[in-house]
Amino acid sequence: MTVKDVVKALNLTVYSGSDGLDKPVNGGYTSDLLSDVMGNASEGMAWITLQTHKNVMAIASLKDLSAVILVNNLQPLEDTQQYSNQEQIPIVGTTLSAFEISGRLHNLLNSS
Amino acid sequence: MNLYRADLHIHTALSPCGSLDMSPRNLLEAAAEKGLDIIGITDHNSTLQAPVIREMAKAYGIFVINGAEITSVEEVHCLCLVSHENIKALQNYIDKYIMKTPNNPEKLGHQPLVDQDAQILRLVPHSLHGALNQSISQIQATVAQMKGIFIPAHIDRPMFSIMSQLGFIPQDLPFDALEMCRHTPAQSLWKKQPHLKNKSFIRSSDAHQPQDVGAAYTLLKMHHRSFEEVKKCLNCLNDRKPIIT
Repeated sequence: MTVKDVVKALNLTVYSGSDGLDKPVNGGYTSDLLSDVMGNASEGMAWITLQTHKNVMAIASLKDLSAVILVNNLQPLEDTQQYSNQEQIPIVGTTLSAFEISGRLHNLLNSS
Repeated sequence: MNLYRADLHIHTALSPCGSLDMSPRNLLEAAAEKGLDIIGITDHNSTLQAPVIREMAKAYGIFVINGAEITSVEEVHCLCLVSHENIKALQNYIDKYIMKTPNNPEKLGHQPLVDQDAQILRLVPHSLHGALNQSISQIQATVAQMKGIFIPAHIDRPMFSIMSQLGFIPQDLPFDALEMCRHTPAQSLWKKQPHLKNKSFIRSSDAHQPQDVGAAYTLLKMHHRSFEEVKKCLNCLNDRKPIIT
């Protein structure tokens, strides 16, 4: 399943990094602590968070994550979007909370 | 008593986000140009660049306080300053608890430790962006044990601050002072947080490049320049006090 498939299935908004929409998503990680993601997320995961600043993209790039999913209708800051375009890691968003979107992504990945 | 101009929060090239122009000499020249009397060298999660700057600063007539801006497990940035005798102990504490994620300089920034002529001695291998596996209270207690200075950094910043990460300042957390962001008008902070009005505040540059050194500073009203005297000043002992401008 690719980021594009997840976007379609979960009705997400694409903010940036659309060149990376064909990346495969092999799991998810939900956390708002950057150091936690740095230590515990692994390659190919979609990262669910409320953080919108550009350090998010440094971590996503370091860990080769497939996408960043922003919750609660939060939108990425301008420089965060630029970083996402440059790294070709999409930032997508939902109006749902972290709990809701994590559950849905989990179901989606397990049923595919 | 005297008034000393102090910028207690300055990064060097060792910090992954610090400009590579922040060599010991460039940093000290910028500090001298801005008329700073006291500077704090506070790289992210490392004290290693501070001693050479402290040694070189004597020629500039600048008093250097060693320390680090330590990231707690809750991702609160804390200025931790210690006397020269305790700098190794503070570094050992950081080394024991920091997460050892390898640094990727292309993605996260270079971390060179340099000598007095800006020659690279070595690169710190683990990312200094990481956090210590220690709570803010544990860090405070450790710094207190070293008779050091503990200051939650840029408390009104929307990320990596005690306010953004913990929601409020815990009643039982002791501190020597609080650091206000460089651009915050004091009145606006106190309007939002009236209970902080009688606390001791500093303002600093949080400089990552030479031109920002001294862009914000605190006037320390105290008798002379020493680590112990700065600690007394921040705690407003016997009419000493920090004055934010």
